[in-house]
Amino acid sequence: MSEHIVKAFEEELKLLDSQIAKMGGLAEDMLGRAILALDRRDPNLAEIAIKDDKAIDELERQIEEQAISLIARRQPMALDLRQIVTAIRISSDLERIGDLSKNIAKRALAVAGEPHPKQVMLGLKHIGLTALEQLKHVLDAYSNRDADKAMKVWLRDERIDAMYNSLFRELLTYMMEDPRNIGLCTHLLFGAKNIERIGDHATNIAETIHYLVHGTAISEDRPKGDVTSSTVIEYPDMHFKNGKD
Amino acid sequence: MMQTQSMDVSQKASEMTPFQAALGDKAGAHSTDHEAMMRARQVSVFYGAKQALFDVNLDMPAKAVTALIGPSGCGKSTFLRCLNRMNDTIDGARVTGNITIEGDDIYSPAVDPVQLRARVGMVFQKPNPFPKTIFENVAYGPRIHGLAKSKTDLEEIVVNSLQKAGLFNEVKDRLHEAGTGLSGGQQQRLCIARAIAVSPEVILMDEPCSALDPIATAKIEELMDELRQNYCIVIVTHSMQQAARVSQRTAFFHLGILVEEGETSVIFTNPKDNRTQDYITGRFG
Repeated sequence: MSEHIVKAFEEELKLLDSQIAKMGGLAEDMLGRAILALDRRDPNLAEIAIKDDKAIDELERQIEEQAISLIARRQPMALDLRQIVTAIRISSDLERIGDLSKNIAKRALAVAGEPHPKQVMLGLKHIGLTALEQLKHVLDAYSNRDADKAMKVWLRDERIDAMYNSLFRELLTYMMEDPRNIGLCTHLLFGAKNIERIGDHATNIAETIHYLVHGTAISEDRPKGDVTSSTVIEYPDMHFKNGKD
Repeated sequence: MMQTQSMDVSQKASEMTPFQAALGDKAGAHSTDHEAMMRARQVSVFYGAKQALFDVNLDMPAKAVTALIGPSGCGKSTFLRCLNRMNDTIDGARVTGNITIEGDDIYSPAVDPVQLRARVGMVFQKPNPFPKTIFENVAYGPRIHGLAKSKTDLEEIVVNSLQKAGLFNEVKDRLHEAGTGLSGGQQQRLCIARAIAVSPEVILMDEPCSALDPIATAKIEELMDELRQNYCIVIVTHSMQQAARVSQRTAFFHLGILVEEGETSVIFTNPKDNRTQDYITGRFG
């Protein structure tokens, strides 16, 4: 694609792109640190992740301001218009990813002193790294305007949902086994849920990239695998007789 | 039962969203279902040995605004002038191909160009009222075409046309003053009233707002929006934003070729051809 006749317009669009790249990089770092903080029970890493959230919020504010100003001053059309709308959407997804990562980091701080069940921690680390990988791939897809790669990310989210389902069951089982686990497990459960939400934001970004490249929404429904909203786990030792005694 | 359900779904898919409906309620959005008022097929134009337009095929639907855009010299004005045989007046200009209005071939020997121009009216870039009164500017056409049976009839046509052009309230107390004394925007609306007075089916506009300020431009655009309920309007404009604002369909010309044509909202958000994309985003080298 050739460049705009008006060079300042070209520069402004490039700036918007580099801001998104910067924001994406920060979100990746934050999520990575939050996962490590939880895994290694490292309060320092958690503190850094919590602090970084401010920078992401500020970038979102700047991107929105620039995008509105571009629309007002340049009256963008076609691909330019789509790029600006895309920047607004992606920055808002990244901002949410920042918030969720910050929340994971805070929970890492809260449970840093407690003993961690090995099996659950492995599962949590795994789902966390998978979400991080999804985020990385979708940001690569954005910078290369690669809709096919974005589509792969979009389809892979099902895996995160499946991992979350099994973590959900596992954590509930731990809680039932020993009420002293409830505090820790609740934090870990919210942590897992946050990671699952981050995966959803990565798929939002993938959908946005598809729109940016093709100018249309993805027409099919995404395979969704989070069934925890309707999951019930029976208490192992007690046998209620359907409410009658 | 299952059958009814699946039918419901398919019906839903073909329904327009409220926004689409608002954009295209008077045709435009689905002009393929809509009868084309004017139809151009394989239209080429030569100025002497030089070919200015190459095999243009374009349908211009009734009750919709079709915008022709493209860089200077792309052939859009040449094409517009074919639609009411204005090119006939240019020495050495030759038009080939076929153009119809409601199925009638406008280049058939049986067609009188003067009668045709009553069916296909035109408004130019610079407002060009006759050096006559406001009333006479509008009355002239109906009079020479014998459209008014009496003086009252003629007065009614004049008032009606001025009303439709959104000018009547501003000039009702000075109908017998010179049309040239009006402001630029008012003069342009007077020219539109003059075109409407002979009950055309199509109104051609060649950059009708390029000499007007933004307020006068907005008034003309509002007027076009009202007029499209009853007329087929074809507009040439250099302002992409104007094309995006006023039209339901947009055709992009480049180097005498019709590159791309389609729903305005699609052309300006997701054009198919790279040349269209480059032009409307300001990338043309």
